[in-house]
Amino acid sequence: MTKLTFIAHDGTHFDVDAENGSTVMENAIRNAVPGIEAECGGACACATCHVYVDEAWTEEVGEPEAMEEDMLDFAYDVQPNSRLSCQIKVRDALDGLVVRVPARQG
Amino acid sequence: MTDIIRTDVLIVGAGPVGLFAVFELGLFDMKCHLIDILDRPGGQCAELYPEKPIYDIPGWPSISAQGLVDRLLEQIAPFKPDFTFNRMVSGLEKLEDGSFRVITDENEVFEAKVVVIAAGGGSFQPKRPPIPGIELYEGKSVFYSVRRMEEFRGHDLVIVGGGDSALDWTLNLQPVAKSVTLVHRRPEFRAAPDSVNKMYAMQEMKELDFQVGQVTGLTGTDGHLSAATIKGPDGDTEVSCTRMLPFFGLTMKLGPIAEWGLNLHENLIPVDTEKFQTSVPGIFAVGDINWYPGKLKLILSGFHEVALMAQAAKRIVSPGERIVFQYTTSSTSLQKKLGVAG
Ligand SMILES: Cc1cc2nc3c(=O)[nH]c(=O)nc-3n(C[C@H](O)[C@H](O)[C@H](O)COP(=O)(O)OP(=O)(O)OC[C@H]3O[C@@H](n4cnc5c(N)ncnc54)[C@H](O)[C@@H]3O)c2cc1C
Ligand code: FES
Repeated sequence: MTKLTFIAHDGTHFDVDAENGSTVMENAIRNAVPGIEAECGGACACATCHVYVDEAWTEEVGEPEAMEEDMLDFAYDVQPNSRLSCQIKVRDALDGLVVRVPARQG
Repeated sequence: MTDIIRTDVLIVGAGPVGLFAVFELGLFDMKCHLIDILDRPGGQCAELYPEKPIYDIPGWPSISAQGLVDRLLEQIAPFKPDFTFNRMVSGLEKLEDGSFRVITDENEVFEAKVVVIAAGGGSFQPKRPPIPGIELYEGKSVFYSVRRMEEFRGHDLVIVGGGDSALDWTLNLQPVAKSVTLVHRRPEFRAAPDSVNKMYAMQEMKELDFQVGQVTGLTGTDGHLSAATIKGPDGDTEVSCTRMLPFFGLTMKLGPIAEWGLNLHENLIPVDTEKFQTSVPGIFAVGDINWYPGKLKLILSGFHEVALMAQAAKRIVSPGERIVFQYTTSSTSLQKKLGVAG
């Protein structure tokens, strides 16, 4: 199991155990992390699963692909460390990953 | 008053389920007219994920969403459905003779014996960008579409977005507006490369201004815009403007359906699972818009629903006529309708 931490907009921490191969978004939904809506169910078609990757993790998580960049145009207050959480796959190297939930989704 | 368009069945929404309804209704000789606010058929499949593969359409181990829409159009072609696009169905009322009158946002009037609501997650409407207080300016100086270009003549215009609509209107309104500033989060665009090149060429000539950034605030009084704050890589800048056109894609909103006097359950329309009829006899609801115990929002479920709905609709459109259950494989009368009889 890989450990992930979501920090909700109000500062609440959600520490969750995630299965490798699942997406970060799926773990947020499964654990009812507030502020992740994921309207399209992970198809990179809604931009309502937007998160900020903790600065310490941006390199390991990597850059979004072109399709995700396009979708990020529809997200709110996009930062250099913005990602759509449905496009991040959980793997061993992400053990301890911290992501923050923005004030709002779109 | 415009001419009334008459049809057997009026279908609200041309998503996959509305399209397949034409097939099942057509087998029972009912003529259909579909209305959709989008400019083309396919609903969510065409608008949200045309290129993505779907893996749970029976008989298709994998098919792209647009591929499915194209095949549905081919399948229903023998029934010659009529389409009206770019129109929102705004009104629905029952007439004294039991038929229905349907009105669009452009005041076209339709009359039908049966109405099928296949409205999915609601009508696609422009998304409001996340700019605080923007609603105060909507309709006065902030617009989500261009109905008349004259609206923008002589104005300092800010266009926000990076898709085709943003780029096309930047190029088309540049000669009309006093000034045009295009604002996009990054220097890459989702638009046709040709328009992007044209835009950069015009920027080069100082005919317009392109700024990388996000609009974070608006200034003005009584809905009249005077400036926009743009947060860019080097901090905030103010751009004077009196008109703004944000293009942030489309989102689905239930829309006027809520005002048609139907029972609703959390923005969905409850139906029975025999006929998929709503609380008003003669009005059916199929696909993502309906609700019943165990409902799954799958295309597959919508297809099943329209087959059963068509039987009930036939009883209303042709009362007293006997309904014979037939297979398309073996019934020569069905094959004639499909244009495949040998
Ligand atoms: C990213 C994504 C992936 C999906 N993957 C699958 C999958 O793998 N398998 C699957 O079975 N399903 C999938 N779905 C769900 C599937 O797309 C829906 O179940 C299906 O589109 C529902 O079809 P529909 O015809 O009921 O409604 P929609 O496709 O939502 O179409 C409804 C249409 O009605 C129009 N409309 C609504 N109200 C009005 C009005 N008042 N006036 C005019 N027009 C109106 C809308 O503009 C829209 O075009 C997916 C959905 C998404 C977003
Ligand atoms: S869930 Fe829709 S883009 Fe991630």
